Amino acid sequence: MSKIHVVTRVNDEKVEFLCEPQETLLDVLRNKLNLTGTKEGCATGDCGACSVTLDGRLVCSCLTLAAETKGKSVGTIEGVADGDTLHPVQQKLLEHAALQCGVCTPGYVIAIKALLEKNPDPSESEIRYWLAGNLCRCTGYDKIITAVQDLAGQSDKFKEVV
Amino acid sequence: MKTETQNSHIGETLGHDSAILHVRGSARFTDDIREPRDILHAAIGLSEYAHATLVQVDLEKVRQAPGVIAVITAKDIPGANNFGAVLADDPILADTLVEYHGQAIFAVAATSANAARKAVLSASINYQDLPAILTARAAAEAHSYILPTEKLDSGDSQSAIDSACHQLSGEVNLGGQDQFYMEGQIAIATPEEQGAMQIYSSTQHPSEVQHIVAQALNIQSKDVTIICRRMGGGFGGKESQPSQFAALAAILAQKTKRPVKLRLDRDTDMRVTGKRHDFNIRYTVGFDKLGLIEGIEFKFSARCGMSADLSGAINDRTMFHCDNAYYLPNISIQSYRCKTNTVSNTAFRGFGGPQGMFAIEYVIDEIARYLNKDPLSIRRKNFYGIKNRNITPYQQKIRDNVIWRIVSELQTTSDYQQRKQDIAEFNANSRFQKRGIALTPVKFGISFTALHLNQAGALVHIYQDGSIHLNHGGTEMGQGLFTKVAQVVAEEFQVRPDLIKITATDTSKVPNTSATAASSGSDLNGKAAQQAALIIKARLIDFAADKYDIHTSEVIFKDSRVYIGDQSLPFEDLINQAYMARISLSSTGFYRTPKIHFDRTTFTGNPFYYFSYGAAVSEVLVDTLTGEHRLLRTDILHDCGNSLNPALDIGQIEGGFMQGVGWLTSEELCFSDQGELETHAPSTYKVPLCSDTPEDFRVNILRHNPNKENTIYRSKAVGEPPLMLGLSVFFAIKDAISSIANSALQAPATPESVLNTIKQNHLS
Repeated sequence: MSKIHVVTRVNDEKVEFLCEPQETLLDVLRNKLNLTGTKEGCATGDCGACSVTLDGRLVCSCLTLAAETKGKSVGTIEGVADGDTLHPVQQKLLEHAALQCGVCTPGYVIAIKALLEKNPDPSESEIRYWLAGNLCRCTGYDKIITAVQDLAGQSDKFKEVV
Repeated sequence: MKTETQNSHIGETLGHDSAILHVRGSARFTDDIREPRDILHAAIGLSEYAHATLVQVDLEKVRQAPGVIAVITAKDIPGANNFGAVLADDPILADTLVEYHGQAIFAVAATSANAARKAVLSASINYQDLPAILTARAAAEAHSYILPTEKLDSGDSQSAIDSACHQLSGEVNLGGQDQFYMEGQIAIATPEEQGAMQIYSSTQHPSEVQHIVAQALNIQSKDVTIICRRMGGGFGGKESQPSQFAALAAILAQKTKRPVKLRLDRDTDMRVTGKRHDFNIRYTVGFDKLGLIEGIEFKFSARCGMSADLSGAINDRTMFHCDNAYYLPNISIQSYRCKTNTVSNTAFRGFGGPQGMFAIEYVIDEIARYLNKDPLSIRRKNFYGIKNRNITPYQQKIRDNVIWRIVSELQTTSDYQQRKQDIAEFNANSRFQKRGIALTPVKFGISFTALHLNQAGALVHIYQDGSIHLNHGGTEMGQGLFTKVAQVVAEEFQVRPDLIKITATDTSKVPNTSATAASSGSDLNGKAAQQAALIIKARLIDFAADKYDIHTSEVIFKDSRVYIGDQSLPFEDLINQAYMARISLSSTGFYRTPKIHFDRTTFTGNPFYYFSYGAAVSEVLVDTLTGEHRLLRTDILHDCGNSLNPALDIGQIEGGFMQGVGWLTSEELCFSDQGELETHAPSTYKVPLCSDTPEDFRVNILRHNPNKENTIYRSKAVGEPPLMLGLSVFFAIKDAISSIANSALQAPATPESVLNTIKQNHLS
């Protein structure tokens, strides 16, 4: 089977690769482009560890064919910080100690960033349901939710919601 | 948060050492290590029968599949075909008999992971089907046991039950749980010169992987090195399981003379690896009019699966924890370790303890329903006393009981009494939506019950520039162990934690380590690292006292400096001077837990160094038409002794609690009647989501309660105990439906389970 030549943009840089038609974006990122920050948790689109953006839209890279990215723009965890300066989402997750083993964390950073770009002031309920596609087995989620609320500038509302 | 000027790193809310790497996606997990150019990828071929003889295993098509370089079966294993940690009953590859659906029969190495995974599907295997026992209950009826039945008798349960005012007996089934670590099982084996093997393994137990691999390859332990910088979660699932995958990678690497990576995809991981034991629990209890338990008998049947694995110690811990926080003077426990044709169940956070605690909490709840009293009043009635009523069924005297204090404080801060009333009122006026509340305690024994495992080693080097290299036998799985141990070393030298390089667990640096398990990581490794630091520090003090002609008591480490009488110098300057004077700047450290002993023949002794405590109150809203529930509020008060790091400890408490909630409410392992696991991916196996956490979540660490024992800075272990705080949610659901149904609820309390309970037991 002949390989597909793909020209795309990853984290605002032009990238070219050859891939099999059935090859996923996740596998290309990890194995061909050495961008291993994007993780495989389930490979079936149920855990969110492989979250990236495709033309700004939040997608599971395990369910996206690499060939689909032709002419589009892919955003991965490696492109979130500006050099040594962390993105506010990254900073808030640090401040709230909202991570443990770290496998789900890159997916969370991408998903939270996508949420806030779409809706800069999400309610607690919007946060919870937006992030329900990202599994975390360690933290129990509370610190992640609080970190996002903090970013949305509404951390003081948290304990009032019953 | 402690300030820099206090210059103390204990109790500091220091973030996880890898946190910055994690938010940037640059932390290297095993699968992220850059692959050598000639690496091969492995996959394993699985049994499609729960119990069968392998009549013919034809792998010709597998060998000819594109990309395949090597295929191995049991016959290709040069040494021992076993990864059983305790008994040699766990074949790495099944030889002539398969004993569970999903058991590994062969493995392949191919040029890509996809090629390897595709190739294994083209095997042609003839099975001779054999009768399979799938459930604990069926195994108990057939007397199919993997280990001898254990009994513990204390007092005279039979006459105490007979003479009690009331008697109850019943039976409840309690489901298992998949660890569902986000990073699946993985190993990369690289052949080294002279037949040696180096393996990156995602493991809680590098030393065991080392020993199993050496035996499988028929080489010595000195020729096998295991390295693990971090795991993407472990939860017990990487205690005994990783050695099978490391061994397979190593055997293929030895055969092909090329590096081999074996990474299980999620579905294979869930099919092949062991889980929390599911239980059938039967009980008989006698109690007085106020609910004081006078005598109790438990029969525990645990589904151990096809091999012993760690089931002995796990079921022992069930026996040690079916008292939870209650004084049970007349008790009889029978523990049946059932052999079934299912995957061999294994360690999972709590290690059998949660199942024992579930049992006694269930009985307490049933007593309360019978007497029509608040379950909390029955709990309080039966709590261990401080000065008397403080001997466990295994005859250990409890010296650190804080359950009264925790429950009283939590009862007040959670406004339990008022809410209990409000809920009764709400339920009286709400036909289909019912609320429920429960406050459940936790008392958890800390130490490995196998005495020899309670030891640890560490290795500390100081380089000429004053920077410090830290290594110990503990493993990092996200819990923050490496951060805590670095805090200990920073505290001893009074330097900033970022001066300390935390390094990967490596069997060539610290040998013969125990698994990072039993919540013991910081207790053991913190003490070992402290000892290593103190040995070097003593040398430095002697050197400084000698050089500056001053008494050793006048050499003081503080604020990254060393004060020597009237003068002071930077830490790194003293290090450099010591180096020039030929003082050794490297030391090992070693620790073994004192005071513990246990006689297995009588089931008595002091198996635990101390106990960790906690309690949770949860309130739920149950829709009795659908069986669904919402977790409205949870309040937790948990005992960490003097917390080494409150940020990390609260992370353990919250994460453990939610994992316990998942175990008891949403995570259901379904097996077909052929013994095939049907819930082997997150599409069907439901771990808690972001939307499932308590809508109002209040978590606090118990203040001013230093460990009575001399643990590292008087802290307490926090890995496992919080999982059992999740019991509060199960019993809140049970409480909610008790107003309309005899609440013989089975666990997990999935919507189906809740709905069935309501339908079958509706009070007319």
